[in-house]
Amino acid sequence: MKSTSRTAKILALAATGSLLFSGCASGSSAQSDSADGTTTITWWHNSNNGEGKAYYEKVAKDFEATHEGVHIEIQAMQHEDMLTKLDAAFQSGDAPDVYMERGGGELAAHVAAGLTKDLSELASDEIGFLGDTAGGWQIDGKTYALPYSLGAAGFWYNKALFKKAGIDKAPETWQELLDASTKLKDAGITPISVGAGDKWPAAHYWYYAAVRECAEQTLADSVTNLDFSDQCFVKAGEDVDQLIKAEPFNAGFLSTPAQSGPTSASGLPATGKVAMELAGHWEPGVMQGLTEDGKGLGDDTGWFSFPAIEGGAGNPEAQLGGGDAWAVAQDAPDEAVEFAKYMLSEKVQRGFAELDMGLPTNPKAKDAVADPALASMIDARDKAPYFQLYFDTAFGASIGGAMNDEIALLFAGKSDAQKIVDASQNAADLEK
Amino acid sequence: MIRIVAQEVTYVTGAAAETSASQTETARRAVGAGMTEKPQRRRAKPADRRKTLEILFFISPALILIAVFMLLPIIQAVRYSVYNWKGFGPLVDFVGLKNYARVLQNEVFTDAMIHNLIIIGGSIALQLPIGLGIALLLNRKMKVQSLLRTIIFVPYVLSEVIAGVIWFQLLQPQYGVIDTIMSKFGIQGPAQGWLGTPELALWTVLAVLTWKYLGLAVILFLAGLQGVPSELYEAAEIDGASWWQIQRKITIPLLGPTLRTWGFLSMIGSLQLFDMVWILTGGGPANSTTTMASFLVSEGTKRQNFGVAAAASVILFIVALILAVSYQQFVLKRDAQPADERIKAKKVKA
Repeated sequence: MKSTSRTAKILALAATGSLLFSGCASGSSAQSDSADGTTTITWWHNSNNGEGKAYYEKVAKDFEATHEGVHIEIQAMQHEDMLTKLDAAFQSGDAPDVYMERGGGELAAHVAAGLTKDLSELASDEIGFLGDTAGGWQIDGKTYALPYSLGAAGFWYNKALFKKAGIDKAPETWQELLDASTKLKDAGITPISVGAGDKWPAAHYWYYAAVRECAEQTLADSVTNLDFSDQCFVKAGEDVDQLIKAEPFNAGFLSTPAQSGPTSASGLPATGKVAMELAGHWEPGVMQGLTEDGKGLGDDTGWFSFPAIEGGAGNPEAQLGGGDAWAVAQDAPDEAVEFAKYMLSEKVQRGFAELDMGLPTNPKAKDAVADPALASMIDARDKAPYFQLYFDTAFGASIGGAMNDEIALLFAGKSDAQKIVDASQNAADLEK
Repeated sequence: MIRIVAQEVTYVTGAAAETSASQTETARRAVGAGMTEKPQRRRAKPADRRKTLEILFFISPALILIAVFMLLPIIQAVRYSVYNWKGFGPLVDFVGLKNYARVLQNEVFTDAMIHNLIIIGGSIALQLPIGLGIALLLNRKMKVQSLLRTIIFVPYVLSEVIAGVIWFQLLQPQYGVIDTIMSKFGIQGPAQGWLGTPELALWTVLAVLTWKYLGLAVILFLAGLQGVPSELYEAAEIDGASWWQIQRKITIPLLGPTLRTWGFLSMIGSLQLFDMVWILTGGGPANSTTTMASFLVSEGTKRQNFGVAAAASVILFIVALILAVSYQQFVLKRDAQPADERIKAKKVKA
């Protein structure tokens, strides 16, 4: 009797244990090199619906056709889901072979942890034609990912509402922006929507003001040395404060989310309730998704660059923005590098641009962008003497988070220009 | 709340394990002390052992689950909390207790603790009288009794996320239903909205939480009311007591154990508050609605300061533990005593 119950117990334990551990084991990804000579590349991307998803499936098929014995395993995920899964994959040391990197401090942390392959030699041709564009994905002169879409942030505006308020040309200086917002208010139109509930949309104002106030070298040094001591950063806060005091923003902007739903910062301009919004290159796509006819503002969509700030040391044509790049995991097979390079080819980039999936970085594919508002942004991007990555990307999540929090407090009237600099510097000192 | 129920369950199984362990322990001690025992007692030993094995067999799945899903994560969190760690790569940058200092010196976190305390106090102060009132009303015989009970309980059954999204839309400034209705009566809602005004946001969240969890309080109180013997009411009525006197002198005192248990659940729920805040405000505006849980999530997953987040989670754990244990000690202890002992104690006092 005794031994039976003990055996039963051991059996039960073993069964429970094996259940638990088999659950863990099935989570790990497929092997990269299998015994029968085929190579499997795992590829994660965020075009998880419609034409984009189908296009990427076709791209993978085309690559498989020209590379014998290569199989590409695609996982298309919603963007936020993908970021969460990537973090988990890095924690478990089981990253996909080809994945998205946003550059800056985040990439630097991945590189420091030995997760990302150095592509400088392996993709020298691509890095050659990318030129400055690849800057955000370079660390100590080495390139770790190939940007395939890069967009500048700027003001998306409703041409019809601007006309209605009697504004004939898009604002080019800070003062003109303030004047435009007064005119819009006089016409009974809310001038600007901002999703300060999510913090980063509010933070973009400060980033851009800093790009206008700070000289190119000051910006570059602050990113490498994590130093915010230059007075231009305080000035940026003062500029933004001036705008906030003019009260151009939508009612309840402190709790407005960036992109979700018709009352979000993207939804309000998309439905014609607000005249403009500062946002990245994704905005036309987001607005289209938030309108019933799927057209967003349609022909009324306009884009203008962040206005120049008088007395600022930065070049008024410089752009702030961000993009996505294909990175290859450190232990991925060589074919994964080939695949990343293939996706930067003119052919793939052209199809990518034609479907409005992003803003191509291959110079030969640029003319494939059909949307006139996006095309005007590409012009601004390529004319820019230098390109600054979004600060929360450039400085990494930890410093960026502290910075964004404090900027959001400024929007709530609970902080000031100096405190933003102090909070950022404190967070930066913890990273050193 | 589901989480809490699960914890209660594990707590109960844990307690069962403890008592069984202590029983076998006393048995073993009795044997070990070499007491002169009767032969029958000695013969009973294999049976005891079998019983122990049986108990072990039946509780082992629960113990394994607790170990894998509770104990191990707790140990991991403590381990992470002494490192500077970004969420990937090896744990190498040992910083000792610095993360704890960073958390405790952070105004956002100390404010979050205060918000948690306000929510604890506020939910009890609001839900106890309202819930008790509704429960007493619903306990009277009336036509649509069960329909009313269902209506009161529906918000609790709704998923917290769904309820949050609905309230978020209702509370929108300008375009939201609540502001629209108010403007029909000529009242202007707050310019930045209920959730966008730092001074109002926490109270708005508290109001939504009250709406959501009032149903649970009412259901628990109603269940407690079923346990009050009807003879007491009859006796009181015969003695000429009014409805109010009966409620005050009989119902509420006899409802004591239920009220105290509900208070415990409510307190733990308020301490762990996360979902509703995350959906309604994300901790904003201007950090006016952060809770300890929302703080640690934004530090961890948003800023990738996993060491700091782990330290915050350990602090949250300790705060919850202290509150729970002291509540058990000082408030629930009376209910845990067997009934006859309680009566004895009372007699002695008298």
